[in-house]
Parts: sequence; structure tokens; C-alpha cells
Amino acid sequence: MQVPAYVEYEKATSIEHALRLLARFGPEARILAGGHSLIPMMKLRLAQPETLIDINALTELRYIRVAGGELRIGAMTRHADVLSSALAGEHFAILHDAERVIADPIVRLWGTVGGSLCQADPSEDLSAAFAALKATMVIASLDGTRTVPARQFHLGPYETVVAPGEMLTEIKIAIEPGGGSAYEKVGRRVGDWPVGAAGAAIWLDGTGNAARGGDGNGDTIAIKEARIGLTAVGAEHFSAAAAEEFLRGAPATQESFARAGQIAAEHCRPVSDQRGPAEYKRHLAGELTVRALRRAVRRAATGPGA
Amino acid sequence: MQISVNVNGTDYARVIEPRLLLIHFIRDELGLTGSHWGCDTSNCGACVVWLDETPVKSCTVLAAMADGRSVMTIEGLGGRGGLDPVQEAFAQCHGLQCGFCTPGMMLTARWLLDHHPDPSDDEIREALSGQICRCTGYENIVRSVRWAASCRRRADRPEQGR
Repeated sequence: MQVPAYVEYEKATSIEHALRLLARFGPEARILAGGHSLIPMMKLRLAQPETLIDINALTELRYIRVAGGELRIGAMTRHADVLSSALAGEHFAILHDAERVIADPIVRLWGTVGGSLCQADPSEDLSAAFAALKATMVIASLDGTRTVPARQFHLGPYETVVAPGEMLTEIKIAIEPGGGSAYEKVGRRVGDWPVGAAGAAIWLDGTGNAARGGDGNGDTIAIKEARIGLTAVGAEHFSAAAAEEFLRGAPATQESFARAGQIAAEHCRPVSDQRGPAEYKRHLAGELTVRALRRAVRRAATGPGA
Repeated sequence: MQISVNVNGTDYARVIEPRLLLIHFIRDELGLTGSHWGCDTSNCGACVVWLDETPVKSCTVLAAMADGRSVMTIEGLGGRGGLDPVQEAFAQCHGLQCGFCTPGMMLTARWLLDHHPDPSDDEIREALSGQICRCTGYENIVRSVRWAASCRRRADRPEQGR
């Protein structure tokens, strides 16, 4: 039988109350959101907080809305909320792609966006999706709020820039029209963490028929901006900066995508584990980058958002 | 800490340790053993109950998180007057063999049908993808959910005609 070690429990009734509780209980306190990452970690003694601060009552942190030219997602938004949000899908198809393959439908009803990010598992899907979208994280403390780029949010496995006394409250993504995005994941079975996964967001210079087909033969349309997120494959900052740099200004062709995939794979540092050998994961990093780019380009040519 | 939870329409107040998992609260504190404690890792779905109208794997929430809220277990599913159509469907269609996964299957199926009264086979399989059955091969489970859906549609028709 797996049960967590002894822990104290406090129920927060507002953001400010949660922050006051965090300040009162110090660095050994942990925010309890959906609990679907933290509680399993506590059962295994991989996490052993002294105090849990339950923020499930903070419905003010459960929203998906557009404001100030950004898509804004509250930290307590459940995975199922993102998946069922037409707004999220319309602007960033990658979010629906990713959410569809996170855990299973029941877990998605409880697991939260903020909780997944703060757990900072090196195989976490949304970390790659938000890295691909260059999202911005909003972090609150009693002193006010600060923002951190998604690619600077993680300090390493299971470690983020969220300091004691702080909590993640919102994820913001700038809406830049004319783009397309997609997420591709390979897992061993339904609900599992990825063996490897890649997300891409892309913007083209103008639009054209060549991009619509996605085959790219004879295509001279240039890539204005490309962003790539990777997870579970040891990519620095969950992203593939060198591949992005290569794609910027390159023609939107299959050859470009294949080269970008190669570059992304070369820059990964996967480790062998029960999900697969490092070389297979490296192969996936390249191949899934290519697939995500292809789908993102097709969407950029046809869809309203990224 | 003291918690108050409404389970299947009855209010319970208990003093618990905050680390107590909801599945153990339901089974050991309340003696409601219909909910099954399976994998303990939120994979198998045998422990699914409803917490405030939403299914949850009760091995992965604390009983403390249910304080002030309501829970429905398999014992409460048919409690509203005879068997729920989902329960009748599993009996009609041989939707179980050993029965270990069945409470979770039924509570998830009920939730699916409440939100999606006429799901396709693919939608049923997707909805149940967090529930593991090691006996049936899932064919009869899917058939059961379909049967329950058609049963509900039959029941709905007279109302629509009124």
C-alpha cells in the first residue's frame, strides 16, 4: 500500500490567502493543485512536503480567455478544460494536440496546467508545447507578480524558478495571426509519459498554394518564424534553438524540415531508460520534429491561428 | 483534522490524518467497499468515484480534498431507484467477468453518457481509456455502454413527444 508520509494540510480560499500560507509555512510547503503528479510523488517519497496548501477552491485561477492580444490560461485550469476550449484550439492547435495525449480522460479532469508545469517532470508535454509557443509564465508572491519566459521556467528536472513564497498563477501566449502549430508524441501506451514528443509553431511569409499541400515541392515560400519544443529527449529548455535558427528565412520545404529535424536530434541529450534507448529517443526527436513542422505548416496555410 | 463529506446522499463527519487517500476513507472509514483499490498509481481506474459530479481516481486524491464536497460511489449509482441503466447494461451484455474493474467502469460510463448521450464506439473506448480490465477484452464493456445509451434514448423519446 502506498500512502504519503505525514503531512499538514491547509485549504486556501483566495490567491492572497494561499500566498500568506506559503509565507507562513516556508520552503517545505507545497501547493496542492489537482494532485495528480504531486500525490503519486508523495506516495513514493520522492516528494515529502511538510505542509500542503490546497488551492482547488481557487476557481478564480480556472479560466481560458483572450485579453490584450494574448491567450491567458489560469494555473488551476484542468487539462480537460483546455481540451474542450474552442478558444484554445482556434488560436493554438498544438494545445489540443498535446492535451489529447496527456494521461487519460479521468486524470485530465483533475490534473491542472499549472500543476503539470510546476511538477517540472522532464517528460512533461505542456512544457514542450509552451516552449514551442514561447509562452510567458506569471508568478505571484506577496510582493506582487513577475513574469518569466517559458524557456527559462525550468531549472532542471523537477525544479522551476518558482521560489518559496511564490506560486504560478497564469500562462500567457501572444497571439500572432497567420501561424500554425502542432504536437506529435510517441508513447508506449495510452496515458503514459512520452518516449519522445515534439511541438512546432510556424509562421510563413505570405501564404500560397504550395504551403497548403504541405509537400513543398518547388515551394519558394519562406519561413518567417519557427519554434520547436521537445520533451523527454533531454533538450535544453524543452526547445530546439539551433533548428529554429536554421529554419528562420529558409524555404518551407520538406528538405528544410528534414534538416531541422536532424539539427534538433543532434542537440538532444536523451538518456536510456525503461521507455527506450537513447538512440531511439534521438531518432524520435528528429522524426517528430519533422512531423510537427509538416502539420504546423499545413495549419498555417489554412487555419485562423497558430 | 475533521472533515465532512456527503457520500451517496449521507453526511459523514470524521477525524482523519491529512495524508489519508480518498479511496481508503471510503473503504476503511465508511465501510463502502464497492470502490476498488487497484493499482494505486492512477492507472487502472478501479477506484473511480465521483467528486462533486466529476469522476476521479480516488487513490490519487486526499480525503481532505473532499471536505465539504459530495462523493458518489458505485453504491450510490443505483440508489436513486433501482439499477442505473449502466448497471443493467453490464448485466445484460455480460460486461464483467471478475468484476474488479466494474465499479470504475460504470461510474465513468455514467459520466460519459450524462455528457454525451449517444457516443460512438470510438468515443466509448476513448472515454474508458483510463480504465483497465484484464478479463473481458473490452468488447462486452463497450457493448454494455452502447446498450445503456440506447436504453436512455428509448427512455427519452416519450418525453420528447410530450
